[in-house]
Amino acid sequence: MKDNPFSLWVYLSQSPLLWLTVTLLVYATTDAVSLATRRHPLANPVLHAMWIIGAFLLATGTSYTSYFAGAQFVHFLLGPATVALAVPLYENRRRVVSSIVPMLVALLAGSVTAVVSVVLLAELAGLPRDVVLSLAPKSVTAGVAMGIAESLHADPSLAAVAVILTGIMGAIIVTPLMNRTGVTDYRARGFAAGLAAHGIGTARAFQVDEIAGVFSGIAMSLNALVTSFLVPLAVTLLVR
Amino acid sequence: MLASLGLILLCQLIGEAVVRGLGLPLPGPVLGLLLLLMLLLARDRFTVLAHGPLRNDGVENASKGLLAHLSLLFVPAGVGVVQKLDLLASHGIAIVLVLALSVVVTLLATVLTFRLVSRLLKQQDAR
Repeated sequence: MKDNPFSLWVYLSQSPLLWLTVTLLVYATTDAVSLATRRHPLANPVLHAMWIIGAFLLATGTSYTSYFAGAQFVHFLLGPATVALAVPLYENRRRVVSSIVPMLVALLAGSVTAVVSVVLLAELAGLPRDVVLSLAPKSVTAGVAMGIAESLHADPSLAAVAVILTGIMGAIIVTPLMNRTGVTDYRARGFAAGLAAHGIGTARAFQVDEIAGVFSGIAMSLNALVTSFLVPLAVTLLVR
Repeated sequence: MLASLGLILLCQLIGEAVVRGLGLPLPGPVLGLLLLLMLLLARDRFTVLAHGPLRNDGVENASKGLLAHLSLLFVPAGVGVVQKLDLLASHGIAIVLVLALSVVVTLLATVLTFRLVSRLLKQQDAR
């Protein structure tokens, strides 16, 4: 190894170990920074981990496929984490049951707005048809959005990117926006965060307030359901 | 801890199996969530269920551990942006603006509807 350090790099960069380590260490750093800024919205740990790791991949000429071979172990946990949302839901069940009606009406209003607004705005901006289709499910969690995009013959990986960008923007914007509208009800604020910005919004909501986190998790799960039905319908009605 | 993680995975597995088997248009983990919720509620009623991960906050603690790092789980998919740099170079500004506007409108529509409906209900109760 001593005479050719390059071969060590070739070996390591193809192994899952390196990219799993990089993902965890970079995130641990961006999360520590976020904590040090008392969870300032602009210090969003996902956003900064994304560009740092992305830049590292580009600089070293590593393909996303080799990166994902390691990072998939983290990605995989998205499923179990969704199941785990049952626990805060269970612990706050009385609160949830008592606001079931406002939740369901807000779910309908929010999911229709999410899909219709993104399709209309994307058409207005003159984006190509396949891009419009990939953006349509942007408010639901990555796995579901990729499934919807696939069924529309759109690009699932662009859908995943649109989902993450939406989540990050939602997580950054939700606190200042809600403070400005003067809504102090953390049930409503959390519900909006989870509906508009799925898991990243939910992670943000848990940072702000536990009740907000619970309602955000519910909104995220329900919106995944409604959007699966809504997007194909909206696309037939709205896309040229 | 291990048994609790196993229980969470089992709920997801059953969720995925049912969704695939019946061709339901919802994600498997969401069904797994409902399943775990029903298990926890059933445990409070039937003491026989209070064993292993369903005892002493086992599954509760494992779940909270997972949820404490929810943001981290989105990093791998987010790095996928590197694959789309050419598309972002040509349409990036439009895409980001469209997504940002849509997310603001969606947040407002949801939060205001929620508030409006819960206020209307409260007025009804008061009468």
